[in-house]
Amino acid sequence: MTVSEQIKGGLITNNPVLVQLIGMCPTLATSTSLTNGIGMGLSATAVLVCSNIVISLLRKIIPSKIRIAAYITIIAGFVTIIDLLLQAFIPSLAASLGLFIPLIVVNCIILGRAEAFASKNSVVPSAIDGLFMGLGFTLTLVILSVIRELLGAGTILGGAITVFSSPATIMILPAGGFLTLGCVIAVVQKLSKKGE
Amino acid sequence: MTNILAIALAAVLTNNVILAQFYGICPFLGVSKKVDTASGMGMAVIFVMGIASAVTWVVNNLVLIPLGLDYMRTVAFILVIATLVQFVEMFMMKSMPALYSSLGIFLPLITTNCAVLGAALVNNQNGYNFIESVVYGVTSGIGFLLVIVLFASIRERLEFAEPPKCFEGFPLALVTASLMAIAFLGFSGLKIW
Repeated sequence: MTVSEQIKGGLITNNPVLVQLIGMCPTLATSTSLTNGIGMGLSATAVLVCSNIVISLLRKIIPSKIRIAAYITIIAGFVTIIDLLLQAFIPSLAASLGLFIPLIVVNCIILGRAEAFASKNSVVPSAIDGLFMGLGFTLTLVILSVIRELLGAGTILGGAITVFSSPATIMILPAGGFLTLGCVIAVVQKLSKKGE
Repeated sequence: MTNILAIALAAVLTNNVILAQFYGICPFLGVSKKVDTASGMGMAVIFVMGIASAVTWVVNNLVLIPLGLDYMRTVAFILVIATLVQFVEMFMMKSMPALYSSLGIFLPLITTNCAVLGAALVNNQNGYNFIESVVYGVTSGIGFLLVIVLFASIRERLEFAEPPKCFEGFPLALVTASLMAIAFLGFSGLKIW
């Protein structure tokens, strides 16, 4: 698999959220504003790249029977690092993402890539895979959070730009999250049918 | 007592684990095509969340905090939950084969259900005592069961619906979940005096 295929796969054709349909919890919960969406996306990307590198390095040492437990421990270690770094340097983002930072541990995208890719490939392709799967996740969060923030709060980037003043608050509530994701996936399915 | 009732009511209805907090969406969308599998999953979640809340409370308050290791909380909790699920599975297989045959296949999936880790972290964040933690765990599980069974019964009927081609499957399920979330917003004024 070439690098350009990996880039296209992670971002578009094999996008973790929109095509593989995994990692729904953080997608729905943190796409309430663009700042949160980008923060969550990049944190998960950082964890994904680091865990893919380490798991790929250790792939011949970890016995296959206990591999899931080993992967979870490695991932949890990196999540703790990111959690502490965010609390130290960007406390406002850490506060608004709340429990969803420690919950990156159980994000199926990360464990899924460890099992499906990093455990079978060497370090460099695994790192690239982690990076672009992570960026694909971030891209999805950006699309969703722009729609939700614009319709639900009438702003972009937390009040930096105010577009209109009587927003439909329902869009930043959980109901709006489900609705937006459903419609975005429907559009993706429509487009991918057209492409065939 | 009122305190415990308030925690229970919030966990089941007003601050439902799926529709308001977004924990456990993967099993919610993944195993909700049939009512019986959905209720099996729900039962397994109640069981594991109850036990996990109790055990993580003990680990947190008797091991991590006294030793000053609370920065290791995420790692410790996920390992405790993963081991616990494995133990529950083995114990059930040996001593409760009937229950195992109905819930067994759902147990491994629960390790990566963020509702379980989420409940453990919420217990810690809100500073619940032992009883409150267990009540929160069990009632969150009940909230999960309630919503996933309702959702599965709606999806069973939707099998016969004819949505636009691009909405078939997942998107339709998400729109249904959205309407359910709006319905659950109706509970948000509920309070216990």
